Amino acid sequence: MQTPDTRTLKILYFAWLRERTRVAEEEVSVPASVASVGALVDWLSERSPGHQAAFANRRTVRCAVNQDFADPATPIASGDEVAFFPPVTGG
Amino acid sequence: MATIRVQEADFDVGAEFAALTAGRSDVGGIGCFVGTVRDHAGGRRITAMTLEHYPAMTSPALARIAAEAERRWALLGCTVIHRVGRLLPGENIVLVLAAAPHRQAALDATGFLIDFLKTRAPFWKKETFAETGEEAWVEAREGDDAAAARW
Repeated sequence: MQTPDTRTLKILYFAWLRERTRVAEEEVSVPASVASVGALVDWLSERSPGHQAAFANRRTVRCAVNQDFADPATPIASGDEVAFFPPVTGG
Repeated sequence: MATIRVQEADFDVGAEFAALTAGRSDVGGIGCFVGTVRDHAGGRRITAMTLEHYPAMTSPALARIAAEAERRWALLGCTVIHRVGRLLPGENIVLVLAAAPHRQAALDATGFLIDFLKTRAPFWKKETFAETGEEAWVEAREGDDAAAARW
């Protein structure tokens, strides 16, 4: 449900972040005050002990907003897809 | 125009070479890199490597990296194929081909493509160890960032 003072976001987790949060994907409604990736991480950390464990060491967490690499200062808007994952290890 | 594929199936290096050069004779050299699954990591034997990715982001990320290589080295074509899913030691993981009029551009673009792919494309590897059956996510290496920064 979206009211003027909330944002609805699609959150994705990959690799060990998914294993710790125990969800691959979730839709969340965050207060309007949660306006950046960094604030979103603070908010998500409170959702469950698993989320807290996933975000415990933020230096090892990377993020993408709408499939583009982002950082804690990146702004978020309603409808965004925000993905959290470890540093990439392909190739 | 780059060929970009993310797939579970193996790839045929010879067939990809042929596809890259089909119908043209302006290519002077093709750089090639094939990444394969090692059977050991940190002194321990591994029995499998499982690759996960972020489907909505992977192909656009690879296409951006390929477009950058094509622009910087004026490539005549390039191919990037990355496998996902459960792979066994000795199996192919990734193929990079870069075709150019001259060898230096082909070789440099190939190095750039694999170095950037390793640090900018959303893939994650998990290793399964032989002795215990335990699984562990591979950690990113600082050396990979340094390799990408060279370019």
